Amino acid sequence: MQTGDFSLSRIYMDANATTPLLPEVLDTMRPYFLESFGNASSIHQVGQQARAAVEQAREHVANLIHCRPAEIVFTSGGTESDNLALFGLLEPGDQLITTRIEHHAVLHSGEALSKLGVHVTWLGCDARGIISGDALREALEFEISPGVRPRRRLVSIMMANNETGVIQPIAQLAFIAHQAGALFHTDAVQAGGKIPIDIPTLGVDLLTLAGHKMHAPLGTGILFARRGLQLKPLFHGGSHERRRRPGTENLPGIVGLGRAAQLAKDWLASAGNDSGPEKLAALRDRLEQGVLAAVPQTGVNGFGPHGEFVRRVPNTANIYFDHVEGEALVIALDLKGICVSGGSACSSGAVEPSHVLMAMGHTADRARASLRFSLSKLNTDADVDKLLAVLPDAVARLRQLSPKAQQQTLRREADALA
Amino acid sequence: MAAPTANPQHTPTPVSGTIAVAMSGGVDSSAVAAILKAEGHQIVGLTLQLWNQRRLRPESDGEPEAVTGRCCSLDDVYDARRVAEQVGIPYYVVNQQERFEADVIRPFVSEYLAGRTPIPCTLCNNHLKFDQLLLTAQSIGADRIATGHYARNEFSPERNRWILMRPADHAKDQTYFLFGLTQHQLSRTLFPLGHMTKPEVRIRAAEHGLALAAKPDSQEICFIPDGDYKRFISAYLAEQGEQLPDTAGDMVAPTGEILGHHDGIHNFTVGQRKGLGVSTANPLYVLQVDAANHRIVAGSEDELLSHTLRARNLNWISIPALTAPMRVQVKIRHRHQPAWATITATAPDEVTAEFDEPQRAITPGQAAVFYHNDEVVGGGWIL
Repeated sequence: MQTGDFSLSRIYMDANATTPLLPEVLDTMRPYFLESFGNASSIHQVGQQARAAVEQAREHVANLIHCRPAEIVFTSGGTESDNLALFGLLEPGDQLITTRIEHHAVLHSGEALSKLGVHVTWLGCDARGIISGDALREALEFEISPGVRPRRRLVSIMMANNETGVIQPIAQLAFIAHQAGALFHTDAVQAGGKIPIDIPTLGVDLLTLAGHKMHAPLGTGILFARRGLQLKPLFHGGSHERRRRPGTENLPGIVGLGRAAQLAKDWLASAGNDSGPEKLAALRDRLEQGVLAAVPQTGVNGFGPHGEFVRRVPNTANIYFDHVEGEALVIALDLKGICVSGGSACSSGAVEPSHVLMAMGHTADRARASLRFSLSKLNTDADVDKLLAVLPDAVARLRQLSPKAQQQTLRREADALA
Repeated sequence: MAAPTANPQHTPTPVSGTIAVAMSGGVDSSAVAAILKAEGHQIVGLTLQLWNQRRLRPESDGEPEAVTGRCCSLDDVYDARRVAEQVGIPYYVVNQQERFEADVIRPFVSEYLAGRTPIPCTLCNNHLKFDQLLLTAQSIGADRIATGHYARNEFSPERNRWILMRPADHAKDQTYFLFGLTQHQLSRTLFPLGHMTKPEVRIRAAEHGLALAAKPDSQEICFIPDGDYKRFISAYLAEQGEQLPDTAGDMVAPTGEILGHHDGIHNFTVGQRKGLGVSTANPLYVLQVDAANHRIVAGSEDELLSHTLRARNLNWISIPALTAPMRVQVKIRHRHQPAWATITATAPDEVTAEFDEPQRAITPGQAAVFYHNDEVVGGGWIL
């Protein structure tokens, strides 16, 4: 079998890793690399133009999630925002309650905080990937010694999972946290631009967004921090971003993020089957149903054991292919010009099977046999057609060569002889 | 495959279909990728991630990723990725750490604990590089794999077999580590460097603009860069929560006379002189590791010489099976001058080799590889 032409045009189905910059976003950014290049802290006119552009962008982002512009801190991306939220609030002796399905930016921050003397409580999820309110309530009962609660408690639970797209009941969980007097942070990196985010409804105190997951440039992100919340900055320097994030503002990046937020808001508002989230969800559902119909021994991760309905972002499909090495299938598809991911990009190359799928109770074999297809509004029906044309053969070839399948064949042959 | 020509190094590799190049980040496999690509083949670069170099490092070693130029270090993956990008081929790192641990590390440790001296490179070739890598290559749509080993591999129509041969550069001969390859594996494997010398390979790498053309060769066992296998075994067992078995016992002469005490059989290998902890008038050498009785038998250098060896778990390459005694040259360790012997099948899956001249330090656990001129006849594991 001849592997496909390596120079063929690519079909990109890995939007949860990163999304392409939209041309409109680049157009908006372009002048801020060249003529309006200022330092937003400068007194002169060039600086004033930069300042105006940064504040305009802040308003666009605030409009996307319905908060005050002053509550937006521009950062270098999701990882920095998560770190700022957690390290900016917690001191030794405080409590962090988070989950086993978080992105590494929260997971590893939690581990680091634990070493610094923060009491960290890890919540599991059910088979669908949902964190239960009861588990959170119980974690909030934690006492350092009888009758002694940690001085400050922070709950950090992601809004949508990067691997499965499963959406957590954030408003309900934040309510529980607040009832117990704890603060609530959500990593909404995988929700941003995919589902409406309404801060007043959610009631969260802190929220992370990353630009590059919503067609803004890499290296941009925000932390929403409710007014009045005192955040220790991660870095030391100037008084930028209301003393929460020193460093000269990444002007073109921030402008791009603002424009992308505007476009995301418009897209989320566009209703009907022909545009917006419903169209994307329909495309994703077609992909899922198409794969399940065309390839035997497959299923979707993120449904309960009995196929219960679970809320997911409209772009993500996490599908298992039994007896297939997911890593090899990713390569095989790439050589056919289709970009997908096994698990999350951050754990590619790592030994461990996806911590998210494992937390959902799947076996390591199932986790390793799982692939993530994540679409964006730029994907088309033709992309899904191409995938469905290529995937069955690729899976069949892998299964034929898989050691497990070979063992089964040998066993069948041995049984036939006996 | 075409017959050898007068000027083989300029003969393009005559295969069609995609070739997966096993890239280690070293000069040899990088040159293979560049050469095959320049010949017009469709190439995919694959690196097997086999071992985390940060695992089991000595505690004094505080530098992050202090070891470089070793199998699977981050630097090597970086180098391989850069080469792939420069050559213009798709490149992937394939994780096989679990299999490497099960098929190479575990047996390595248990062989030492059983009083034998293992060859992890051969196990890796048999189980990872020419088994798993080939499977991965085929599963992603490649027909063959190519590696940077110094060996030749040609199909003999008369014998209807694939024949593994020593390379043009005998100083770099790696066939000793490749005796376990099956006919199926050989039929799917290319050794493009088999006709070149190492200096030629460095020149070819430089001609293709590869920055690592002068990168030094790696020497040690890749997962033990400091060469201290005893420390590695202790550290591995400790990590696994297992006890290092207490195999301390007597150091004895061949007569049974007790010469002293030793602190564990895994610290000894046949032919070893240093570290015996016994002072005698004449130098003492380890003659035998008697695992069952926790004894190390030591004696003079003369007593290391032996006329025969037995080998099991055989693999035949140039012949389908050994049906009659055969005159061959036998290599009993990597740096051994092959010695003439007659091999005879003495039990199922077992041969005995009778050497013309006695050989020094025939070591259980090492491979005995049989050669007929440059051809690898086959080989097995020394009992």
